[in-house]
Amino acid sequence: MSTGLLTVSPSPHIHTELTVPQIMKGVLLAMVPAFLFSVYNFGISALYVTALTVFFCIGMEYLIVRFIFKRPVTIFDGSAAITGVLLAFNVPSNLPWHILLVGSIVSIGIAKMSFGGLGNNPFNPALVGRVFLLLSFPVQMTSWPVPAASLSLDAVTSATPLGILKDGQRTGERIDQLMAGMPSYSDYFFGLHGGSLGEMSAFALLLGLGYLLYRKIITWHIPVSMIVTILAMTAIFWFVDPSKYADPVFHVLTGGVMLGAVFMATDYVTSPITHRGMLIFGFGIGLLTVLIRLFGSYPEGVSFAILIMNAFVPLINRYAKEPRYGIHHSEKRKLTPK
Amino acid sequence: MNQIIVYTVIILTGIGILAAVVIYFVSRKFAVQEDTRVSAVESVLPNTNCGGCGQPGCHAFAMAVVNAGDLSALHCPVGGNAVMKQVADILGITAVEKDPYIAVVRCSGSFEYRKKTNIYDGTGSCKIAAALYSGDTACSYGCLGMGDCVEVCDFEAMYMDEKTGLPVIIEDKCTACNACVKECPKDILELWPKGKKNQRIYVACLNEEKGSTARKECAVACSGCSKCFEACRYDAITMTNSLAAIDPDKCKLCMECVDTCDVHNIITANVTPEKIQQANEQRLKREERERKKREAEKLAAQQNGNETTPQA
Amino acid sequence: MATRLHHKLKTFRIGGVHPEENKLSGQVPIVPLPLPKMVTIPIAQHIGAPAKITVQRGDTVKTGQIIAVHEGFVSSNIHSSVSGKVGIIEQVMDSSGFKHTAISIRVKGDDWEEYIDRSDTLVEEIEADAKEIVSRIMEAGVVGMGGAAFPSHVKLSVPEGKHVDHLLINGVECEPYLTADHRLMIEKPREIIVGIKILMRALGVKKAIIGIENNKRDAIETFEGLLKEESGISVEPLEVQYPQGGEKQLIQALLNREVPSGGLPADAGAIVHNVGTTYAVYQAVQKKKPLIERVVTVTGKSVKQPSNFLVRIGTPVIDLLIAAGGVPEDTGKIVSGGPMMGKAIADLDVPVAKGTSGILLIPKEESMRAEIYNCLHCGKCIEACPMGLEPYRLLLMSKKGNSEKAKEEHILDCIECGSCSFVCPSNRPILDYIRLGKTELRKTKKP
Repeated sequence: MSTGLLTVSPSPHIHTELTVPQIMKGVLLAMVPAFLFSVYNFGISALYVTALTVFFCIGMEYLIVRFIFKRPVTIFDGSAAITGVLLAFNVPSNLPWHILLVGSIVSIGIAKMSFGGLGNNPFNPALVGRVFLLLSFPVQMTSWPVPAASLSLDAVTSATPLGILKDGQRTGERIDQLMAGMPSYSDYFFGLHGGSLGEMSAFALLLGLGYLLYRKIITWHIPVSMIVTILAMTAIFWFVDPSKYADPVFHVLTGGVMLGAVFMATDYVTSPITHRGMLIFGFGIGLLTVLIRLFGSYPEGVSFAILIMNAFVPLINRYAKEPRYGIHHSEKRKLTPK
Repeated sequence: MNQIIVYTVIILTGIGILAAVVIYFVSRKFAVQEDTRVSAVESVLPNTNCGGCGQPGCHAFAMAVVNAGDLSALHCPVGGNAVMKQVADILGITAVEKDPYIAVVRCSGSFEYRKKTNIYDGTGSCKIAAALYSGDTACSYGCLGMGDCVEVCDFEAMYMDEKTGLPVIIEDKCTACNACVKECPKDILELWPKGKKNQRIYVACLNEEKGSTARKECAVACSGCSKCFEACRYDAITMTNSLAAIDPDKCKLCMECVDTCDVHNIITANVTPEKIQQANEQRLKREERERKKREAEKLAAQQNGNETTPQA
Repeated sequence: MATRLHHKLKTFRIGGVHPEENKLSGQVPIVPLPLPKMVTIPIAQHIGAPAKITVQRGDTVKTGQIIAVHEGFVSSNIHSSVSGKVGIIEQVMDSSGFKHTAISIRVKGDDWEEYIDRSDTLVEEIEADAKEIVSRIMEAGVVGMGGAAFPSHVKLSVPEGKHVDHLLINGVECEPYLTADHRLMIEKPREIIVGIKILMRALGVKKAIIGIENNKRDAIETFEGLLKEESGISVEPLEVQYPQGGEKQLIQALLNREVPSGGLPADAGAIVHNVGTTYAVYQAVQKKKPLIERVVTVTGKSVKQPSNFLVRIGTPVIDLLIAAGGVPEDTGKIVSGGPMMGKAIADLDVPVAKGTSGILLIPKEESMRAEIYNCLHCGKCIEACPMGLEPYRLLLMSKKGNSEKAKEEHILDCIECGSCSFVCPSNRPILDYIRLGKTELRKTKKP
């Protein structure tokens, strides 16, 4: 009969299983297919790059929390590991270790911990790291090893499909002719082309998306609104002039759209909090991505688009509210049966 | 090349001059006229913005003082009489002296005396716990020990004693700003006159249960035995709901009641043990005298009675 | 399950969560608990003013005798649940977590007041008129038995100028673990239907809907069978979702109407009563039996025999636990009510009150809260909130003491269902702080 002292706390007395470490584990698990594809494509160097960034990111967070914040160490929540993997996913597989170190320091040190750590950073840490590297090491960051040469360590480098397109645009070549010389859509879908580690295979990324949706870690709103916007926008331009603009499917399957839609834009901390806000956010990213790709000087715009929209998140949160019970009572539409 | 430099200099200087002119006119146009005395008063105030005076900050207090033109209802507890004298001088009015106050902790139920009866696992805030239930010990009047008071103290004048689980007030730092008093959901903290020579005396218990129940809940609870009440010569001690309380306005700090308490829960500050001992001896002597006097009277009355009404 | 394929079940539209149901005692019939040796009956078991004590220490009382009368309109009568001698009247810890005045009665025999009809015969003929019904319910001390314990006669007195066209009967029992209402619906459906008719007459409404979640198919089918020939009363299976049993959520689920912010259910044309209350109304009006006993679920994963007991009000909780097989060694927390909204109790002598729907035992390893992380802005609390609020912001506002801002964000609309704290992946104590904010606002309202 002896029970010792009973615990007293305010309700509720039960809690969902889906806690922060569980969510982080879930996200890491969702990244496994894309990671395996990158190893398949780029060989041991993909493994090397990913392991290094994860190690640097976790180490960086550990050092900062331990010696600057002097707080209990938070690395076991898994968020630093996610940033590490995402940073790796966003760089070419032949990047030297010191550049990866710089990227990790910027990602964790500047973009995450200087704002107070998990939950406080306004911009996606992995993307800040990537963009910093892109601007600081443009040559290394844009020479992509070709997957065909995956098993040899000194891989041949080439431009991405989007890069080829941008160069073609600059020199005035016809896009539809350029397109004809490029890999087929199924190659894009399964990731058999040049690019960053994790953005290669739309298929692998969609597997990850499916898992995240199944575990209810994210909702469909951001990925769907972002991809639909890109499809719609590029479709309009393509219909207007197919000789100047690539078709929508090409745009969605190449570059960082899938990676961005599944893992980068859906980051809890840097995305809006309501479903309505998420739809606006996804739309904004899609719009900016297309504008940068078609009219900007960079071939790829997903990273910039997401970072720009990150800055709008507080504003979106302020105005995109969920419907409230009993507030706009008179304005409520009556739902008709059937 | 030179041309470019010249143009640059001209254009930038032009913009600078234009901006300066605009700013000048804007600042003239939208200048706020304020009584200079307000800023003068504000400059002598502590500028801690603690709200202890009842105003929402030092600037508001300064405005209130200037507008009122009378210091009887306005007092800065942090600055005390010295600052109020300065304020009065600035405004050319008479200062009103106020006795300094200090916060006191009216609970002695440390871990040792007041055993836990359950484990509280909600948010570590006294307010939240107090809204949920009567507390994690049997005493429903005592300190909850989660330090909401320490949190609101702007002057670092409080800390939680880890050994007792009770807040401690650092005498030199407490400004009697009232923040902790307002925060405490159990009303454990109270502002008390600092007293002559900083000496003060108070009952550190708020338990209103009947004696036996109170003692079961906490080993040092006031049981309402009334010994201190009987010992007081100045009617400064009142007994309500089996709880003794000292009225600081009536208390003459004679310290005679201190040793009457079985559980030593009449707390003194800055009083030497010798003085308490002296006071106690004095009280015992007095009581002895009174007892003898009473006995003598009784005897006399009996003798008188015997003479007037002879019994069979 | 077949019905599910044909049409989508009704439910409320905003928010909601799906905690594990854990209805361990759903198939266990209600058994009367043996009389305790002593009962302790608090005089404040309901929302509103405490009742005024009319007995003294040493008085002999009968079962069903009134021992405290209501003070004012929003208050409730208290009856002795046993016969015996009145003992000490003092402050006692009750399931609210605070000490309140309670009357203790030492039990002797079971001598009922003569006017009470104790038989099991169903009395279908309703003789009383609307006025009579309300006064009998008031006399019998009937209060809402879903947990909030709001005096029922107050709910039946619709404020002037409001038009009520629906009576909704809450058979949802959306709290995990609890089965008291479920068992009552299976065992006393005919009485509940008479109770519904009584309430309909009192309110003067033509339509009543019993809302039952689809995890209680047996109860739904029982009512469907019995209601075939009844016009005006229908039963509606609802999709399983917490907090469907909230008054506002049930109105949205069944009628697709919303109670305006700060308003009453009557503003949406509906009055909601719990099935337990409806049964108590039947007994009060047809049998003249005051509310002196209720069904209490005793449950928990470690409980030997999860049970549904018919318990006299004032019985100490420990008696129920012993009857259900004792308190397991590893018990870390005991909750009065369900796991989402119930109150943890620290003392096993706490008496069962009119609003006690269940006693839930939680093992040690599940009784403590987990580590708290920073807010990730994942939005799960917003998704879960059945009132469409933004709980994470309300937490911050309350924490900073900015309750006025929180009021603008409709913190007072919060029904304290706990869905936000339940879903928060960072284990943030959202509801703790929202409650704090609400308390502070109520404080500032008073001069």
